[in-house]
Amino acid sequence: DDKLLSEPLSHPDYFNLKELFSLKDLFDARVHLGHKKGCRHRFMEPYIFGCRLDQDIIDLDQTMQHLQLALNFTAHIAYRKGIILFISRKRQFCHLVESTARACGEYAHTRYWQGGLLTNAHIQFGSGVRLPDLLIFLSSLNNVFEPHVAIRDAAKMNIPTVGVVDTNCNPCLITYPIPGNDDSPTAMELYCKLFRMTIIRAKDKRRQTEVFNELR
Amino acid sequence: TLRLIYTTVTVQRKNVGASGPEKYTETFIKKQIEEFNLGKRHLANMMGEDPETFTQEDIDKAIAYLFPSGLFDKRARPMMKHPTEIFPEQRKIQWGEDGRPFHFLFYTGKQAYYSVMHETYEKLLNVQKYQDQLTAQDLPPQKEKRNLAGSRWLTKIELEEMLLEKLSDDDYSRFVQLLQKLMTLPCGDIEEKYIQKFTKEVPVQLQKVVIEPLKYDERGVAFSTGEGIRKTARATATVYDNGTGKVTVNGIDILHYFPVLQDREQLLFPFQFLDRVGKHDMVCTVSGGGRSAQAGAIRLASAKALRSFVTEKEVEFMRQAGLLTLDPRVKERKKPGQEGARRKFTWKKR
Repeated sequence: DDKLLSEPLSHPDYFNLKELFSLKDLFDARVHLGHKKGCRHRFMEPYIFGCRLDQDIIDLDQTMQHLQLALNFTAHIAYRKGIILFISRKRQFCHLVESTARACGEYAHTRYWQGGLLTNAHIQFGSGVRLPDLLIFLSSLNNVFEPHVAIRDAAKMNIPTVGVVDTNCNPCLITYPIPGNDDSPTAMELYCKLFRMTIIRAKDKRRQTEVFNELR
Repeated sequence: TLRLIYTTVTVQRKNVGASGPEKYTETFIKKQIEEFNLGKRHLANMMGEDPETFTQEDIDKAIAYLFPSGLFDKRARPMMKHPTEIFPEQRKIQWGEDGRPFHFLFYTGKQAYYSVMHETYEKLLNVQKYQDQLTAQDLPPQKEKRNLAGSRWLTKIELEEMLLEKLSDDDYSRFVQLLQKLMTLPCGDIEEKYIQKFTKEVPVQLQKVVIEPLKYDERGVAFSTGEGIRKTARATATVYDNGTGKVTVNGIDILHYFPVLQDREQLLFPFQFLDRVGKHDMVCTVSGGGRSAQAGAIRLASAKALRSFVTEKEVEFMRQAGLLTLDPRVKERKKPGQEGARRKFTWKKR
């Protein structure tokens, strides 16, 4: 049992996630496009490659590294049967995100966030709730262009977060930020596809190793 | 040296109202169902009926016989029903043994409502895709007229009962807007079944009331009867065809029975409305009430009797004119501490 949990941690890329995406895929899905220069957040400056005709371009090499780390982290969480919660407050992609979550067998929240969902969970849901072990933000701003309340709440409740940060977002409190575009449909579909494939791969791997151990 | 540490035991008061309405466990409900079935058989034995074929109607009659009660509210009277009808449906625990919730939208708080919104939006997208396919194949969009008049959307309370969750007015209006958007698209039969889950049939008022056919007496003349009530007056009227407009009340001619013009106008009104003033004869009996109340009661009775002589459209006109509506106004009771029903005693400043 201990070996089951500790074995994946010894490899740097146990689930072989590098093959899922390449720089060309990210470029074709327009992940490198940011907002205009006036919308730029101060803490996003290290992740920006440059500015062309007033529009910021995100550095895709850094995005590749961050994406690798984030996907690896989600795969490990899914391998250990953690609860993953997808969050996005973009109305265009609400349906897409909910369907990806349903396909993975994980959970989603793309609606209005009620104040005490994480911090006041025992009273809102009932005693004995299990809180999510990972929050994935597919757009870290809410409809008023302010940082989503869940980032702060997850930091309060010691829940790690993975988030796609655009050029107008604050990447501070997110544990595994992924600098990238969160407004184009192609980019969102790419992210959903990647997360779905990692989670399904990790769960399948877990089932396989359990079956192997039982056979021995 | 030892030092005594003084400690106080603070007792936390149990806030009885904080946990919400009483939650019934599954074992409790199962026990109630078993007790109900046993009680049903005992009741059948007591009444001398067969325990196997004892229906809910028989139970109601037996209880009404054994425990007669004059209380006005039906819900306050003794009743014996299946526990699923008495105890309201409650949500069971939403997560399994390992702590993972069952529903994928559990962490939103309102999982049933948001899952319904999600499904409806999915149907909308399907319909749009279907429309795009049709336009790609250059087929004309189907235009089918659905019956809009006979159905209405579920009310907020009915939706809350269906989803077992509290909704706000905003949420409800958003849901209704989504459904209306789905309906306005030329989608047709694809989503018909799904939309029917959220609609209710509204029978047209007239379909409930059965209009009796004409009866024929010994002479071969067609007639029909009607009953009317107004305040404390009760009246029955028989309207005969091929008449001259003669009206008899309690064996007395109306000129002698109703000396006041206003009362005779009330009696005339239904015939005047249908342009049949001199064509019908009427014989009525009336008791109770005063002069005006008796006139109103006979008017209602004659209007109800005339329904059988007239087409459905004219019946609808009569209903809209208010000829067929029972007047619910009754004398209001006098309350203690007041001089009359509404009049208070004179207020003296000192």
